[in-house]
Amino acid sequence: MNTPFRAHGHGHVDRDTTLSFTFDGITHTGHPGDTLASALLANGVHRVAGSIKYGRPRGVLAAGAEEPNALVQIEAPFPEPMLTATTVELYDGLVARGLSGQGRLSSRPDPARYDTMHAHCDLLVVGAGPAGLATTLAAARAGARVILIDELPRPGGSLLGGQELLDGAPATVWADGVVAELDAHADVQVLRRTTAFGHYDDGLVLALEKRTDHLGATAPAHISRQRVWRIRAKQVVYATGAYERPVAFDNNDRPGIMLAGSARTYLNRFGVLPGRRAVVFTTNDSAYPAALELADAGIRIAAVIDAREEVPEHWRAACHERGIGIRAGHVVTGTSGVERVTRAHVAAFGRGRLGERQGIGCDLLLVSGGWNPAVALFSQARGALRYDTGIGAFVPAHALDGVRTAGSASGTFTLAGALADGVDAARRALSAIGRTCRTTALPSPAPLPDAAPAHVLWRVPSPQDDQDGAKQFVDLQRDALVSDVLRATGAGLRSVEHVKRYTTIGTAHDQGRTSGVMTSGIVAEALGVDVADLGTTRSRPPALPVAFAALAGRNRGELFDPIRVTALHPWHVEHGARFEDVGQWKRPWYYPRADETMDEAVLRECRAARTGVAMMDGSTLGKINVQGPDAGVLLDRLYTNMMSTLKVGRIRYGVMCGVDGMAIDDGTVIRVAEREFLLTTTTGNAAKVLAWMEEWLQTEWPDLRVHLTSVTEHWVTIPLVGPRSRDVLALVAPGLDVGKDAFPFMSWRDATVAGVAARVCRISFSGELAYEINVPAWDGITVWKALHTAGGAFGITPYGTETMHVLRAEKAYPIIGQDTDGTVTPQDLGMSWVVSKKKPDFVGKRSFTRAENRRGDRKQLVGLLPADERVLLPEGAQIIATSEIPAPPVPMLGHITSSYRSDALRRTFALALVRSGTQRIGETLYVPLDGRTVPVTVTEPVLFDKEGTRRDG
Amino acid sequence: MTVETPARFSPLSQWRDSFAQLPTGVQVRELPCLTQLTLRAEPGSTAARSIEASLGITLPGPLRAEVSEDVEVLWMGPDEWLLVAPEVSRHDLLARLRSAIGDEFATVTDVSAQRTTLALSGRLVPEVLARGCAIDLDPRVTPVGSCLTTLLAQAPITLVVRGEGASSVWLLVRASFASYLATWLLDACTEYRGS
Amino acid sequence: MQLIACPWCGEREENEFHYGGQAHVAYPQDPYALDDEQWAEYVFFRDNTKGPFAERWVHAAGCRRWFNALRDTVTHEFLAVYDVRAKHPPTTSAAPAAPRRKDQEASR
Repeated sequence: MNTPFRAHGHGHVDRDTTLSFTFDGITHTGHPGDTLASALLANGVHRVAGSIKYGRPRGVLAAGAEEPNALVQIEAPFPEPMLTATTVELYDGLVARGLSGQGRLSSRPDPARYDTMHAHCDLLVVGAGPAGLATTLAAARAGARVILIDELPRPGGSLLGGQELLDGAPATVWADGVVAELDAHADVQVLRRTTAFGHYDDGLVLALEKRTDHLGATAPAHISRQRVWRIRAKQVVYATGAYERPVAFDNNDRPGIMLAGSARTYLNRFGVLPGRRAVVFTTNDSAYPAALELADAGIRIAAVIDAREEVPEHWRAACHERGIGIRAGHVVTGTSGVERVTRAHVAAFGRGRLGERQGIGCDLLLVSGGWNPAVALFSQARGALRYDTGIGAFVPAHALDGVRTAGSASGTFTLAGALADGVDAARRALSAIGRTCRTTALPSPAPLPDAAPAHVLWRVPSPQDDQDGAKQFVDLQRDALVSDVLRATGAGLRSVEHVKRYTTIGTAHDQGRTSGVMTSGIVAEALGVDVADLGTTRSRPPALPVAFAALAGRNRGELFDPIRVTALHPWHVEHGARFEDVGQWKRPWYYPRADETMDEAVLRECRAARTGVAMMDGSTLGKINVQGPDAGVLLDRLYTNMMSTLKVGRIRYGVMCGVDGMAIDDGTVIRVAEREFLLTTTTGNAAKVLAWMEEWLQTEWPDLRVHLTSVTEHWVTIPLVGPRSRDVLALVAPGLDVGKDAFPFMSWRDATVAGVAARVCRISFSGELAYEINVPAWDGITVWKALHTAGGAFGITPYGTETMHVLRAEKAYPIIGQDTDGTVTPQDLGMSWVVSKKKPDFVGKRSFTRAENRRGDRKQLVGLLPADERVLLPEGAQIIATSEIPAPPVPMLGHITSSYRSDALRRTFALALVRSGTQRIGETLYVPLDGRTVPVTVTEPVLFDKEGTRRDG
Repeated sequence: MTVETPARFSPLSQWRDSFAQLPTGVQVRELPCLTQLTLRAEPGSTAARSIEASLGITLPGPLRAEVSEDVEVLWMGPDEWLLVAPEVSRHDLLARLRSAIGDEFATVTDVSAQRTTLALSGRLVPEVLARGCAIDLDPRVTPVGSCLTTLLAQAPITLVVRGEGASSVWLLVRASFASYLATWLLDACTEYRGS
Repeated sequence: MQLIACPWCGEREENEFHYGGQAHVAYPQDPYALDDEQWAEYVFFRDNTKGPFAERWVHAAGCRRWFNALRDTVTHEFLAVYDVRAKHPPTTSAAPAAPRRKDQEASR
């Protein structure tokens, strides 16, 4: 295969193995260790994408996560949009194409697995460049628990992209040795292909590990493709390096324009020559090693354009040796070329004035405007930044207690400095958690001459004759221009945070790594303020794009939210129940037979309960055991009615209110023993009611001798309902006297039911003769089946929540949370009888006498009968007084809270909260529905068996 | 009252075969129908001391579990313990506790069917748990005998560390969450099943 | 995911806890001695403090115990956790129950 731009003798890719990939329909080859970008460049492909707004050809600007241009869509093995070619590890069979802006999500479900891993350490080191390796090594030798994460498949960071020597050998040899030592430490974990993307409270760092992305179609299906690490670290050291920044000049976006350090990385890490003939434009020393190494590898360096008047003598000498001309005090003012840069326009630049321009032919224009320490995560941790005039960039102002930076991320750009800073960071971090760190011997880099000061240059003025249409790009991904920044400042914006939002600079998925600081510089110049005072924008998570699937981890599909089931659940599934979600519970909704509709099934189930016998799974009801000498006192204070007078063996219905007097829950209370009660809560409120009771008990009345214990799941609860329920119970509980007088309403008995010790309660949520059989959950299925069998002769019918709702609504038993919304008192529900007049106080009582609560025009629970008995009103529908909808604002009298078809009433009916409802009984009101109004008659809420004659059978 | 007890069905009785297919590095077994009693008593009170004497146990302090004879005592809160014992000892244990408490203020509630118990063992256990549990299971932080009520995935659990480095743990989970947790555990072990 | 130091269980992630609003708002000795406005003050009105604020929290997914905490509403830093039965929050100079960062800026 012909890859014309491979530099032989350079790079860490595996040349013995060839990978085939397709880009924009053309098949190319690369090697393991390549990124998609390096493989494209090796094949001479520079134009990767079109820009989002102007559709201009774009190439590869950088070699890592800072890339703003080279956006690609992966098509195979599985579609994934919006990736940068510089961060996609090459694999065999990769199919990708360049993107103009937005990509396309797959319409197929992603077959890959994603997961989460929690980890804990004394010290988290982010970045395995020279500083991070030194930090980790020092901390590991001190015996600390350390996690080192790095985004690349191979540790080494910037060492992989340079030609530095340490102790006379290539620096990567040292790095490999350090990693080998770290891998041998039991308390050290080195995570490769892992990028920190968020710093959260208390040392929590989230990082994304790409585990199988690089395996392409051969990725094993059982291994998670990506993993989110949740790392809780006592100390964090960000050794995240620095990103080179460009300089803005006219048409600074053409393919072939590349950051100088990135070109150096392509040569040294990937063995790729990003061009044949290069112009190098710099404001600082760092472009010189790039120019020299690329020249030595065979690239013709047409000129070095140095914005500084003074160029250090040693660089002059080294360039002279290679025949490279240097133009000091010059800048690049613009470029020519469309699909690829063909010419750099160069002019002298001093005192704000450009000299005469001259074109230099090139197919590669390398740019270095200086280096920005990678402080995004430090900034997320709320670390303050300060402007360092020496390097013209923002650096951490000072370390935080648990978070610090090391090496280039601190603005220490020399190799020797980074290594020393790394060890120092380890020492300080461990010292902060009371550990000591001995000195670690460091390798010596080759001596370097002192660095000369950089010239801070944000942009080159646009030459007069080019103002028509020449564009100076700041944020290449957002296609945001210098002129956009100036428009923002012209509109009066003074804060870089506002400019960011006005221009969208820094909001693309590169998060402004190459454009953010430049924007500060341009805004400062435009406003005539010091960039140090202006500052830069604060970073927010995530620092890089993370797929929702990765964030979700295992929490998808059936694991999205816990599915809570009762002990009877398998029976319901076997018998074809349709389920309703009630909180996290799956409850049987109805049990359709053959091709029954839901309406048909519910009417049949209702009929069985009212005329024969029916049974349901009521196990989800919250159950709280209340024990202790003061149990009655506590319940008297929390329920609106009196509980302490309840006799052992008896049951009472109760309502709890908030201090505002509004109903918050209801249920039954049974007195188990002198010092023991068992109360039930609504299904959805079980945890809330227990927490509410505990709050009063622990914080307000700690002297009460009461203990509360949740026993919700200890019991399976089976309501057995209907005129024939007594017959069925008698069959399965032969030892129990089920006679009307022997076992009266609102009492309970211990009994043996189907051979199981059970507690049987005579309570009813339907108005029918009914029992509630409670057994330990593990016996539940035995008892349920026994009831089902014994009831067979009576046509026993299992029913679900829908039928339960219809039956209770016919009797106007409210559902807290459906017929109430936190603004409804027991009196509003027509339940003044449940509010004790004897008790001196209980929670909510004082509020009942507030003027607001005594108003006659409060909304009250009433029944509604649609004039057309076939019309089912939607729950939530509004109620008005007139048949014509008046002009807005329409006076609303209330809304429908429950609405059903009733088998017993042979018609539809509803419950509603209606203003002055009890005074409107007999009136006709109207419900706007589908462009008309439906007349309804207001009735007493109880619509079935008003006399309550059915509960004794 | 003597009752001929029918077969009992624990929340995860249908999962036995799925658990059996897990690799040796992570063995999962349900310990069904254990006796579980919630004991509430003020530490150091007459009732608490009497219970300790009667059962020959020490009521452990925060975040600890104590084993004595057949009763495992798990700390659940500052005045709350869960006593875990074999199925057969329920009535005996209840009777002994109630007798030890006498007229003092301390309470016992039978919650045996409220939770089920999963025994996990194998060298992969800490790694599997780390996929859904924010607790640091390093033995220097969470040694043998630790008892923590916390979250695993999205399920409330009580975690008892029974083997060095969390190589053996109990997970007590509320019955309604048991199948969710079992589904999660099997999913979290996918990587080992494939290899 | 912040860590909150339960007085009994130590530091746990914040999703194990539920918030219970302002602490030290006692149920009135005699609600019937209060006029409607005074009663409404107890029922509906709470401080909206910028800075250290005494609150009730419950370790819902752990030991189920309510406790009080002094928390800075600007930085979210827990300055102290203390007994629900205490009459007043400890002064801010008291040693924090959980050693926590002091590096937070007032910037959220």
